[in-house]
Amino acid sequence: MAEAPQQQQLQQQKEEEEEEQQPGPVEARDSSEGSEEPKEDVQATPTRPLLSMRSMSIVDPDDDSPNMIVYRKIEDIVTRIQDETEGVPIRTVKSFMTKIPSVVTGADIVQWLMKNLSIEDQAEAMHIGGLIAAQGYFFPISDHVLSLKDDGTFYRFQAPYFWPSHCWEPENTDYAIYLCKRTMQNKTRLELADYEAENLARLQRAFARKWEFIYMQAEAQVKIDRKKDKTERKILDSQERAFWDVHRPVPGCVNTTEMDIRKCRRLKNPQRVKKSVYGLTEEGTQSQSPIHTPSHHCRKGTKEDVEKEILFLNTQLDRHCMKMSKVAESLITYTEQYMEYDPFLTAPEPSNPWTSDDPSLWDLEASKEPSQQRVKKWGFSLEEALKDPAGQELFLKFLESEFSSENLRFWLAVQDLKRMPQQEVAQRAQEIWAEFLAEGAPSSINLDSHSYERTSQNLKDPGRYSYEDAQDHIYKLMKSDSYTRFLRSNVYQDLLMARKKPETEQGRRTSLEKFTRSVGKSLTGKRLTGLMQSS
Amino acid sequence: MGEMEQLRKEAESLKDQITAARKAVQDTTLQEAAAGITVVGRVQLKTRKTLRGHLAKIYAMHWAVDANLCVSASQDGKLIVWDTITTNKVNAIPLKSSWVMTCAYAPSGNLVACGGLDNMCSIYNLKGKDGNVKVMRELAAHTGYLSCCRFLSDSEIITSSGDCTCVLWDIETGTQKTVFAGHQGDCMSLAVSPDFKFFISGACDFTAKLWDIREGVCRQTFGGHESDINAIGFFPNGNAVITGSDDATCKLYDLRADQELITYQDSSIMCGVTSLAPSLSGRLILAGYDDFNVNIWDSLKSERVCWQVMTTE
Repeated sequence: MAEAPQQQQLQQQKEEEEEEQQPGPVEARDSSEGSEEPKEDVQATPTRPLLSMRSMSIVDPDDDSPNMIVYRKIEDIVTRIQDETEGVPIRTVKSFMTKIPSVVTGADIVQWLMKNLSIEDQAEAMHIGGLIAAQGYFFPISDHVLSLKDDGTFYRFQAPYFWPSHCWEPENTDYAIYLCKRTMQNKTRLELADYEAENLARLQRAFARKWEFIYMQAEAQVKIDRKKDKTERKILDSQERAFWDVHRPVPGCVNTTEMDIRKCRRLKNPQRVKKSVYGLTEEGTQSQSPIHTPSHHCRKGTKEDVEKEILFLNTQLDRHCMKMSKVAESLITYTEQYMEYDPFLTAPEPSNPWTSDDPSLWDLEASKEPSQQRVKKWGFSLEEALKDPAGQELFLKFLESEFSSENLRFWLAVQDLKRMPQQEVAQRAQEIWAEFLAEGAPSSINLDSHSYERTSQNLKDPGRYSYEDAQDHIYKLMKSDSYTRFLRSNVYQDLLMARKKPETEQGRRTSLEKFTRSVGKSLTGKRLTGLMQSS
Repeated sequence: MGEMEQLRKEAESLKDQITAARKAVQDTTLQEAAAGITVVGRVQLKTRKTLRGHLAKIYAMHWAVDANLCVSASQDGKLIVWDTITTNKVNAIPLKSSWVMTCAYAPSGNLVACGGLDNMCSIYNLKGKDGNVKVMRELAAHTGYLSCCRFLSDSEIITSSGDCTCVLWDIETGTQKTVFAGHQGDCMSLAVSPDFKFFISGACDFTAKLWDIREGVCRQTFGGHESDINAIGFFPNGNAVITGSDDATCKLYDLRADQELITYQDSSIMCGVTSLAPSLSGRLILAGYDDFNVNIWDSLKSERVCWQVMTTE
């Protein structure tokens, strides 16, 4: 477990550093703004030449995969912050009977970050420091939780051997060896935390058959450790623990190393070589991951595949592509139309229940008496009108008045059919035929002969989609014919202009009411005073 | 020239023609067309509710149609149905397999579904007679992990899987009705069109596909991404598709123009998109990224909307 900084091509490193320095300080952000990260805005201050500083970064300067770019930036900072002259004061602190080697306070780190990365806002420095800590580049010596505190808490820097840029993916065997090792050493500072004890128990069950091997490896590690100098061991033990805090975090902490299990199978990153932290090379130690199954998509394109593809491509070619200008216009129009209904863009009235805790808006939206705004939406499309139960009801009423409600009722029946359990589909399909399409049907709908033929064919083997063509036809009919008339109708317009009409009637009523009441009041008033006077 | 080579050449030539046809309709770009529109004002975001109860990583969540209840799935082996207004747990359903990756709420509100590394989609009835929530069906046939599932109704559900296929199931009989094959990589995500006639899938072959549910065929394929598509959704009008990818970008594809309209990207964003959703009007697209941030995009101008996070407790 070497702690020595990695050898670098000095010239290359210097050039790379100079290249990375961009003029201008880090943008100061007010604390109210969203989080930004070191990867976005950390830049070296140009006023201090870095020629004297060799970054300890172990990242290949030509590697431009996202994680590596970030690690390189962090490692440059971590190098500078540990510099003897320009860095934080790292020292040995005397405490009770012992000495605590190689520590620095959180406050010192925060202060250094603010000064050297030109950060004006303490919260910003805390945030960047926190992100660097979460990756395990420095850690609190008395806590498993990797975060930065702006106080006298002691922190230590991680050894480059354990840096994330090595792409460690330590196996559970390594972790088992580590936990096992900890239990062998009689030191309170190495006592297992509850979650670690639980993890150890779980691993013992999982590795029951090779536990002897693991135990032996742990013993070997303990032996190696014993040979080291006491102070050095303190430091190394803490660094090792911090490494495991990154890769096997305390429950509840974010695991910065966790790969999406769905992507684990396809190891795209060649650097992610599975090497053991403790140098185990034995084949038997590599536990086969249950998700590392052979991939099924290595199939080569067969002749059939290519033929299928050609068929598909031909249909694609036949498709008519709408012009971008038209499509763009349609999208823009849609967003503008719905902008007033989008709570992110327009404050809803009376209020947004999520911010005001007042559910009136939701009550209004669910009520059978729709607001003007809701009614307006019905005019956007037939779809919108039908989506709202109140809109659907009103449209149905309108159609009834025109003696054409069978169209909508048919459409609704088919919608229901499509959602039914499979066993009930056949029967329901027949019922729909009898009601709407059969000769002499009570609610006969008007279908063109082509759709009628197709539908009756479909019904020989009735299924969910037997009425799809018929339904589409009827929908188009309603949309172009009844719906447009509906929007112009009195029932709709009255509701749309809801405020005006009832108001005028109400106006008359209220003034009459007011008069009656005032007359009544004066009469009762007289009576009351009369009463009081008499008593 | 061998037959295979001839066929391949034919396919290539067709692809070129399609590209040309798409180019031919590019009389403008969405950004140009939207140049004159007012910029979206600041969007203020603040945590309104915190739903506490899960003990491990929460892999997925899905809103019920009433936008009040939602279901979440966690690798602590639980599905929880939340009343988001009161933050109470309505149901806490223990799962057989804790490696859950997706969950869904049926439009009726009667059922929820989940699945993951067990390669199965398990359906739970929330409205059972005795009040207990039990497994109603276990839909097993996929040979890869279940990445996403969405109900069409209480009778049918569509699933996407790491075995590169999507499947339409009949819940009652537990059988596959249609297998939608065509992707060359794990299917990561799916979304159903507002009219329930189509669905879209995003996969690790870097493409998104539009499928006709009734016919069981792929109608359109959209490429352009340089890495896995993790998240996918419909634009509210149902005519456009939004995708989020490991290549750190989101894209908007239009179904009628049969091509990409716009890409949402920024040089400072270097990590993958894991989830996305459009706002009600579609003007805003909220996208979640691997660095635990959410970026809000103006869908028409492809700019990040200024937002304020007001810290709460």
